[in-house]
Amino acid sequence: MAEHVTSRKVYFLVFAALIVLTVVTWLVAQVDLGWANDVVALTIAVTKAVLVLLFFMHVRTSTRMTIVTATAGFFWLVILIGLTLADYLTRGSSWLPVPGK
Amino acid sequence: MNTSAAAATPAPPTPETAFERPNYLNAAYGVRSWLLTRDHKRIAILYLISVTIFFALGSLFAGLVRLELLTPEGDLMGPDTYNRMFTMHGIVMVFFFLIPGIPAVLGNFLVPLMIGAKDLAMPKLNLASWYVYNIGAAFTLWAIANGGVDTGWTFYTPFSTNYSNTYVIPAALGIFVTGFSSIFTGLNFIVTIHRMRAPGLTWFRLPLFIWSHYATSLIIVLGTPVIAITILLVGAERLLHLGVFDPKLGGDPILFQHLFWFYSHPAVYIMILPAMGVISELVAAFSRKRIFGYKFVAFASVGIAVLGFLVWGHHMFVAGESVYAATIFSALSMLVAVPSAIKVFNWTATLYEGSISLETPMLYALGFIGLFTIGGLTGVMVATLGIDVHVHDTYFIVAHFHYIMVGGTIMGYLGGLHYWWPKISGRLYPNFLSKLSALLVFVGFNLTFAPQFVLGYLGMPRRYWSYPPEFQVLNVLSTAGASILGVGYILPLFYFIWSMRYGKKSGDNPWGAVGLEWDTTSPPPTENFYTMPVVTHGPYEYNREEVHNRLTQEAPLG
Amino acid sequence: MASSPLAHGAHHHPALAHQFDTMEQQKESSTLGMWLFLVTEIMFFGGLFLTYVVYRSRFPDAFLLASNSLNVILGGINTAVLIGSSLTMALAIWAAQVNWRKGIVIFLLATIGLGSTFLVIKGFEYHDKFVEHHVPGPNFNFVEENPSPHIHQIAARDPNLGRHASIFFSLYFIMTGLHATHMVIGIAVLIVMVVLSWKGKYDARYYNPLEMTGLYWHFVDIVWIFLFPLLYLLGAHAAR
Repeated sequence: MAEHVTSRKVYFLVFAALIVLTVVTWLVAQVDLGWANDVVALTIAVTKAVLVLLFFMHVRTSTRMTIVTATAGFFWLVILIGLTLADYLTRGSSWLPVPGK
Repeated sequence: MNTSAAAATPAPPTPETAFERPNYLNAAYGVRSWLLTRDHKRIAILYLISVTIFFALGSLFAGLVRLELLTPEGDLMGPDTYNRMFTMHGIVMVFFFLIPGIPAVLGNFLVPLMIGAKDLAMPKLNLASWYVYNIGAAFTLWAIANGGVDTGWTFYTPFSTNYSNTYVIPAALGIFVTGFSSIFTGLNFIVTIHRMRAPGLTWFRLPLFIWSHYATSLIIVLGTPVIAITILLVGAERLLHLGVFDPKLGGDPILFQHLFWFYSHPAVYIMILPAMGVISELVAAFSRKRIFGYKFVAFASVGIAVLGFLVWGHHMFVAGESVYAATIFSALSMLVAVPSAIKVFNWTATLYEGSISLETPMLYALGFIGLFTIGGLTGVMVATLGIDVHVHDTYFIVAHFHYIMVGGTIMGYLGGLHYWWPKISGRLYPNFLSKLSALLVFVGFNLTFAPQFVLGYLGMPRRYWSYPPEFQVLNVLSTAGASILGVGYILPLFYFIWSMRYGKKSGDNPWGAVGLEWDTTSPPPTENFYTMPVVTHGPYEYNREEVHNRLTQEAPLG
Repeated sequence: MASSPLAHGAHHHPALAHQFDTMEQQKESSTLGMWLFLVTEIMFFGGLFLTYVVYRSRFPDAFLLASNSLNVILGGINTAVLIGSSLTMALAIWAAQVNWRKGIVIFLLATIGLGSTFLVIKGFEYHDKFVEHHVPGPNFNFVEENPSPHIHQIAARDPNLGRHASIFFSLYFIMTGLHATHMVIGIAVLIVMVVLSWKGKYDARYYNPLEMTGLYWHFVDIVWIFLFPLLYLLGAHAAR
């Protein structure tokens, strides 16, 4: 049966990219960008995770079901964190017309 | 359902010979053949025994609670003991009966049969799931033997982490372990339904029982891990006083509630969706009609699963979450009622102009539709922020969820057990006794819980060991109802066991029902089918002429 | 009794389980099963990430300071080590796909080696925390013994600095501890895989268990990819 055999070259390239991104995230963290620090760090982390998912975990050559499953997992995590923050960010906040609590 | 023209295969056994032919029950004898089985049907029976034991245990605690509430004063037991009684009732019923219940018993038995497969995708994982359930149960039983837990099944912090002097960690550990049992079952169902359907069995030809179990499994996989990590955090907090949930150390007890209810609200959909799947099958079979709006019901199942994850904050309206979050959760909670209502409407529309036969399973199904509707409507009431502020933590809430869990899930479970009992055992249960039990359950249930709506609305708090004397009459009615309900539950235990030896042999399809599971013998062979089916039609094809004729000839009942 | 369409004289791979009809169906089922399990792992760790987010937003100063006391160099090396182990794991699968039995064993052993290195380095880190009295509990001391010159300014802003820093360290130990537990389990599974691969159980026709082990291992790597910036790099820009 037809198997998608990812070449070693691709694996090594992904490895190199991951190492580079790790160095980049460390470098950017040395600079104070205020709230942007978090955004950059998370963006880089997500990029690294996506590289691992697509290439090491073969999602790039997987069935649609696999892609849906992986996406759903991360999406549900976003729901957990997001809706909970809906509580925490609106408690007695100064930016709301009426205090939350 | 047509079977493919196969090369010379042995003719399927006739009813009289089904018992002499090998079936899954007589395929092997001995304890080891049961304890090391990989047959999903035998595992379902193992689960049936386990959940029945825990249902009895949970009922015992309920009985003690209701006994104490016969009188306004706390006279049967002290307040601490009372706390343990309702806590253990909740823990045992929720985690060891309601959540595993229908999926582990009926789901395990029927999913491969209904999709024309030989077994689930991962039979060894299925067996492991039963063992893991029992290991978790052992921890919890050990906690019970050592005095039980008094935190409420909801384990709220900081009481559970700092102040309770009971065996919180063993009980919580038991739930943690049993959670994996649930996850294994959910995983198994999703993979099985995706990958092992018979040729020709497209998604929209699946019975709605399968859709419901699929949706349930989605919830299990996405939600259960969160309560697992929550339990770990509670344990760590209790042992090490980390401060994650302790306000004195900078923690937030409401964070616990967010984490807890993120699972425990979807958990109630784990408890009800399989029952809804059963009801779809019962209503179709005993109206001899297709389910009205099949696709709507199928999508509604998945819709409930998804929307169910977005509403957990409605348990925390008065706990201290922000008023903005409360409003969002209240609005979302209104939304989640819609798919449930769609289902109720569609079942009712199926009944309309159907050829109704009032067999025992149908009695349970009709009861379900009515009682679930009441439970659901009161759910919309308590989703309303303004009302919930008044009725939260009163008996109104208790009545609401018991209407759904008991009037809904348990009736669905009993209806399903009765309907598929011939398939499982090859025998019929005694007709009169079964109908009597159904009646006792219905009357007993309503007498138990309808007064609790009134009590709650009048202000009687829940989890209180004593109450003002003016509430006594309603409490006595409730306890009386519980006694009747108990009789209604005990009878099936006896007559089902009796029927295994002395019940009339049922034949392969006593109801004349349509479904792949009815296309094989009762009880089925270990490999489920003598000839693996190929599907060319949709589900519930009662209207097709040839099916209609064949079934009216075959079926001695219905 | 045999009713599979392949029953009449078809050749079954010895690893084909009875409930499946084809190897393809079996492979797709086990892969889907593993992915679903990984989804449960996402939600499992997810609860901890939520806890982190909540307390990070409540006690930013304490978290920043506490994060600074972690050893970024060791954390960074560990990140590289783990990424490397993902590479060797992927190569082990490649070796199976090209029927190179010895290669599978070599790359699996490399993965075990790198994974163990990670755990050893982690052990040193935990030891450091213990010695510095940063382990939450009766010996916890963050404010008084803190060498940072700004500690008193920050303590003035947050009078409960010690307690809030303790929450950071609780999360640090629980999150990395849970992660390390997953690695230990992973290594145990890898050892079993080494033995079975050595015996020649896996080749291009059948290597499902390797694929599933790989998926698990890569997932554990992804968790660390998020843990590293969130735990170690928070306060890197702040003056020490």
